[in-house]
Amino acid sequence: MDLTSIQQQTRRHFFEKGGVGLGSIALSQILAQDGYAGGGSSENPMAQRGAHYGGKAKNVIFMFMAGGPSHLELFEDKPKLREFHGQLPPESLTKGKRFAFLGEGAKLLGSERKFDTYGNVRMPLSELLPHHRKIADEVCWLRGMKTEVFNHGPAKLFMNTGFQVPGRPSMGSWVTYGIGSASRDLPGFVVLQSGPRGPRGGNALWSAGFLPSTYQGVPFRGSGDPILNLNSPEGFTKNRQRDFVDLVGSLNRERLSVTGDPEIATRINAYEMAYRMQTSAPELMDLSGESQATLDLYGAERGGNSYANNCLLARRLVERGVRFVQLYHTDWDHHGGPGQTLGKDLEKVTKEVDQASTALVLDLKQRGLLDDTIVIWGGEFGRTPMGETRNNKVGGRDHHIDAFTMWIAGGGFRSGITYGKTDEFGYEVVDEKVHVHDLHATILHQLGIDHEQLTYRFQGRDFRLTDVFGNVVEPILV
Amino acid sequence: MYRILPIAILIVSELAVVTAFGEEVLRVDFNRDIRPILSDKCFQCHGPDEENLKAGLQLSVRESAVEAGAIRPGDAASSELLSRVLSDDPEEVMPPPKIKKPVSEKEAKLLRQWIEGGAEYKGHWAFQPVVKPSTPTVTRDALIKNDIDRFILSRLEEEGIEISDEADPRTLARRLSLDLVGLLPAPERVQDFVSQFERDPDSAVEQFADELLDSPHYGERWGRHWLDQARYADSNGYTIDGERVMWPYRDWVIKAINEDMPFDQFTIEQIAGDLLPDPEKAQLVATGFHRNTLINQEGGTDDEQFRNEEVVDRVNTTGAVWLGLTLGCAQCHTHKFDPITQKEYFELFAFFNQGKDVNNTGATIEVSEGEMFLSEPDPDKMTALENAKKEVARLESSKTKRQLAWEKSLIDSSRENGPGAEWERIAPERFYAEGGAPLALLNDSSILAGKGAPKETYRITLPAFTESVAAIRLRLIPHASLPSNGPGLASNGNIVLNRIEFFQSGEPLLVASAEHDHAQPGFSGAFTIDGKADTGWAINVGKGSSPGVKMNSEHEVNYVFARRISPGKPVEVVLRHEQNSNYNIGRFAFDVSGSPPRSIVEEKVFEVVGQPASKRTTEDRKFLSSEFAKKDVELREAKLGLKKSLRELGLGEPVKTMVMEDLPEGRETFVHLRGDFLQEDHETGTLSPGVPAVLPSMREVPGGKRQRDRLDLARWLVRPDHPLTPRVTVNRVWMRYFGKGLVETENDFGTQGSFPTHPELLDWLASEFVESGWSMKKLHKQIVTSATYRQASRNRSELNGIDPLNHLLARQSRIRVEAGIVRDAALSASGLFSPEIGGPGVMPPQPDGVYAFTQRKVRWVAANGPDRFRRAMYIKFFRSAPYPLLTTFDSPDFQSVCTSRVRSNTPLQALTLANDEAMYELAQGLGARLMMEVKGKDSVSNRDRIRRGYELCFSRTPTETELEAVANFQERQREGFLGDSKSAEAVSPQVRPDGFDPATAASWTAVARALMNTDEFITRE
Repeated sequence: MDLTSIQQQTRRHFFEKGGVGLGSIALSQILAQDGYAGGGSSENPMAQRGAHYGGKAKNVIFMFMAGGPSHLELFEDKPKLREFHGQLPPESLTKGKRFAFLGEGAKLLGSERKFDTYGNVRMPLSELLPHHRKIADEVCWLRGMKTEVFNHGPAKLFMNTGFQVPGRPSMGSWVTYGIGSASRDLPGFVVLQSGPRGPRGGNALWSAGFLPSTYQGVPFRGSGDPILNLNSPEGFTKNRQRDFVDLVGSLNRERLSVTGDPEIATRINAYEMAYRMQTSAPELMDLSGESQATLDLYGAERGGNSYANNCLLARRLVERGVRFVQLYHTDWDHHGGPGQTLGKDLEKVTKEVDQASTALVLDLKQRGLLDDTIVIWGGEFGRTPMGETRNNKVGGRDHHIDAFTMWIAGGGFRSGITYGKTDEFGYEVVDEKVHVHDLHATILHQLGIDHEQLTYRFQGRDFRLTDVFGNVVEPILV
Repeated sequence: MYRILPIAILIVSELAVVTAFGEEVLRVDFNRDIRPILSDKCFQCHGPDEENLKAGLQLSVRESAVEAGAIRPGDAASSELLSRVLSDDPEEVMPPPKIKKPVSEKEAKLLRQWIEGGAEYKGHWAFQPVVKPSTPTVTRDALIKNDIDRFILSRLEEEGIEISDEADPRTLARRLSLDLVGLLPAPERVQDFVSQFERDPDSAVEQFADELLDSPHYGERWGRHWLDQARYADSNGYTIDGERVMWPYRDWVIKAINEDMPFDQFTIEQIAGDLLPDPEKAQLVATGFHRNTLINQEGGTDDEQFRNEEVVDRVNTTGAVWLGLTLGCAQCHTHKFDPITQKEYFELFAFFNQGKDVNNTGATIEVSEGEMFLSEPDPDKMTALENAKKEVARLESSKTKRQLAWEKSLIDSSRENGPGAEWERIAPERFYAEGGAPLALLNDSSILAGKGAPKETYRITLPAFTESVAAIRLRLIPHASLPSNGPGLASNGNIVLNRIEFFQSGEPLLVASAEHDHAQPGFSGAFTIDGKADTGWAINVGKGSSPGVKMNSEHEVNYVFARRISPGKPVEVVLRHEQNSNYNIGRFAFDVSGSPPRSIVEEKVFEVVGQPASKRTTEDRKFLSSEFAKKDVELREAKLGLKKSLRELGLGEPVKTMVMEDLPEGRETFVHLRGDFLQEDHETGTLSPGVPAVLPSMREVPGGKRQRDRLDLARWLVRPDHPLTPRVTVNRVWMRYFGKGLVETENDFGTQGSFPTHPELLDWLASEFVESGWSMKKLHKQIVTSATYRQASRNRSELNGIDPLNHLLARQSRIRVEAGIVRDAALSASGLFSPEIGGPGVMPPQPDGVYAFTQRKVRWVAANGPDRFRRAMYIKFFRSAPYPLLTTFDSPDFQSVCTSRVRSNTPLQALTLANDEAMYELAQGLGARLMMEVKGKDSVSNRDRIRRGYELCFSRTPTETELEAVANFQERQREGFLGDSKSAEAVSPQVRPDGFDPATAASWTAVARALMNTDEFITRE
């Protein structure tokens, strides 16, 4: 299928399903609006589009903690777990459950971390997250998260695409497919990465799946050329590149006049945007205009390449109208083996993210951007109340899908509340459960998108981010 | 996809036609007009899925609908279906408002007409047998090239639309070439085509089509389409994404398509080649089709879960590729829209549930590079090959035994380390450097080398020895004439020697050990005999070097041979520098010894062997087996023999590729409740393999004694009377030529799919296809010689209101070529194209930073030889981090079947075409080619050069406007580069044609780059 008909389809999708019945608009009018008659609207598939209804938020920043942070060391203070430390968990909890690594006989592991409660919300936070205390009343604490898969790859895919198998569009792709992006000079969906290696699951995590690749997440590297192939080959100065874009443009226009194919107009636009990106992307990366106070707030450094820098870049991206920014920080997989202990290894990674995650919320707020921006923090699952033994030592926890914690701020989400309760071991959600599909539905809702209506037909089926599930979690919305 | 509107258009036009002919009532066709409404709006609750039926009403079955009073045939007014659809009461109206699929006025009208006319149901069109229609008559026979055109033209005449003119011959030549082989045609061939076309267009087209269909590149082009459906890739997928060997399957596809293997056989071999009686190796390799599924190598995975995922994928892929059905939905519940039950899904599942592989490599077969392309190998050579293989296998299996014997002999010999070497300098007899470096023999019998090619190969012949020799020593000697007074030609005196090879009478001499006196960390002397071009010996001093050691002094590597070298025949030594440019050796000499040198390694062997086996550590054991492997002359020689036998057949090293193989005792298959493999439905019981009832039934198994297997399924898929396989297959071929299929939803021939735009043509093509013996080449030829295909693709504004998406085919379409063809077109224009077919994947340059975001980093070493310029389909494809150019241009990542690619148009594509290293060097190649093919420097020559560029890139001459625009650009660029020599040097092609200064050469790179970045370059017009 060519892009024109995708654009037409996209537009028609909103005509058909977005509340304006097809019958009420004359055929010729739709065709004219679709740009058949040479109109300009279909030339940019990333053009901002109206949502299904007015949304509270415009942008999303998702700070993805890849590997599965332990809710039991960070957000859930469970005295009972300490009390029953070293004992087998009640069979009622583990019966029929499967784990990635734990076998039978794994014993409960009480957390050694000290907790206190903070803010008016009295949110328990461990000693590992001192900066988070500042945002206790700024965010909505989701303590009843629930997912379905216990291996990293499939679980990350699930959190990002709503499916466990690769090949489906990610949330950022769905959002930009649905409502485009306000940025003329940067891609609508940008991915940033920090930590020792890339997240498991690779580019399937920000893939457009079966949607056109226009909607694919564009990975920006934290330093150097942010985008692959951004720089012109050596010797092509800015002037020469401009001359090149002009010649290509004029040859394309010549061909457009001969063939009348609107795809050529789209391509001319694409070259102009690419040319602008050659300037705007380095400008984005250049932190020289940021005050020292701002850099200090995040813990970022000019010329650095860190999670803190990425958080600051995320703010700069949404400032520039980029619709969806996703940050990955890896190394949260604390099974207990070398480099994976709940001791110094967890301390290291929390130290890497604590300040900057918090700073992003505070900085967005002070700049008045938080109301428009949904900020999400969390990983693909939590960790088991039972300890895991590696190298003959109990030093970690296995992957846990039945309960974990995330937080969400801005974008019309209520601040200073907790939502979700787990049992005394932090094993199961006992109240206010939020399934991954529900989280997806709610995020789309805040952007003005009805998750049941944002569909794309593929292999004979109307696919959506939420598959056939998902409920908007009203109680956490303003 | 989007269906409502075209149907609306068709209905509008139908109305007009009908009224014009003055017939009494509307003709309503159930399948075209009514089923889509019921399917889209009603079947979700009142369709085939009996378990989720609302109010017990099933509108998919006429009796049920009539019995319930929903439909009273002939009496629309009292049919509840209509009153509910028209109701204003939100409680009453159907579908319920929350479904958000209201029935439009037009649809209601159709429903009314249909009920009034008797509410006749017809089975879904695609499940009905194919009946070959007669070809329609048209008023203007002169426009007809073949029968395809009758179907298209009769419809256009009905609508009163003119067919477009034929495309001009240059466009046509480029179109044919891109469509059939995926490469740009040579300008000379285009010229011939044009001349012939002017005399006789039909024969010109026919002849060119034949020529292209005979080209070996045809199998690549159409093989690539097939590989999309086979979800072929070179890695396992998921997060670890380890490399796998599946390219023999890819080669099989290319060969089968080039030979025009009938599609029924092509199907049978891929689905069930292993179950054929006495299958040939190629038929086993063919079953790789269903081994292209993902394997999850992540720690802690439940293999059974991912085995089930693989089986699900095999069912869904088979459904999508052959049946054009979306079976996947029935995995979790009975299909809401198509009459396929969940039980039937798992009956199909049962066919594929018997495989040996369990989220792992499973069954494999050994195949050599090139083997899939062997047509009739020499039987003697084949016998020799088989024997050589047996010999290797025999020795492999007795390795442990022989190692024990070797160890015992060492202990028995109670020999300590030998007496040591007595080196004797030996003067080379003959010597030369392949890249032209001057070599001179000095008084001390050493050789002094001058500057030659950046990566030189030295060939030295040592005179015949008088006695047998145990070891040869390569000695590096500094020389005052060399940089930094070193032994090497690098500016600091260093060297990197990658490989050393010894031959006697053309036969390789096996080296058992290579020990250096000193080596740069990471550059051991032993790397000179590991056979790799990217590891080698160097002599710089670094962390861990012994104190006092200097780079620029004498150094050596001792080579001890596995068998003593016999006297009487000269020995040839080959020294290869392959890694770093200008790191060749500057001065060197050879010494020989009749006794092996004392060796640290040898000492250690004795020490370890001296230990009782129980006391040896794992490392000791590893060390001993690796030392034995070096000294295991029998096995090493047997392997050399095998290599030789392979070489004589034109074959490379054997590799193991994955194939299908069933367990001797099959697994039991149950329905998985909600699609969850842990929830087997034991109530329904064990399922036997079978096919959905709505499709033709399978033949009985003779005697009824065994269960049906994949071979039965494969044969069923290609029954000549199968309603789906031929339709689905010809429709996909059609789609490649016109941008969309006759059935636009090429992957959904079910009830939710779109109705064919030309149903008779589809059935006619399907019948012809089966009658032709399932010949793909005949089908291609039929299509590309039709007037329909040969039309101009120019947009016709007068049709925008009538047929904006060109369903009626009153013109051709401009189609942006697929990702791989973007590269292939650039390869052909640049003249750098390396046409080799098949073999292991290759690695052309890719941008840095591809792995910044992946868990696993692939060692991507860009090829320097011809492999740098191979077609895109040979680029190694890693599912987790594919080659960026490919995904940027919408290549799928092959996680699952892809029957049709999307086509997007993005700024990242612009950045890739303009700046990607691999694309840019092809632009430089084209620039160089233009200067070499048009030599003059004056403005007339400049214009000729631009014309040549247009011929190479677009198969046409430029318009005056284009010519002027490009000429002015070239002149501006040249002037700019004149004052900027650094940029000019960088932009100019690496090898600058004679007589062109850097600024001029750079300006032609700039021109070539611009031409390759136009929309036209990557578009088939």
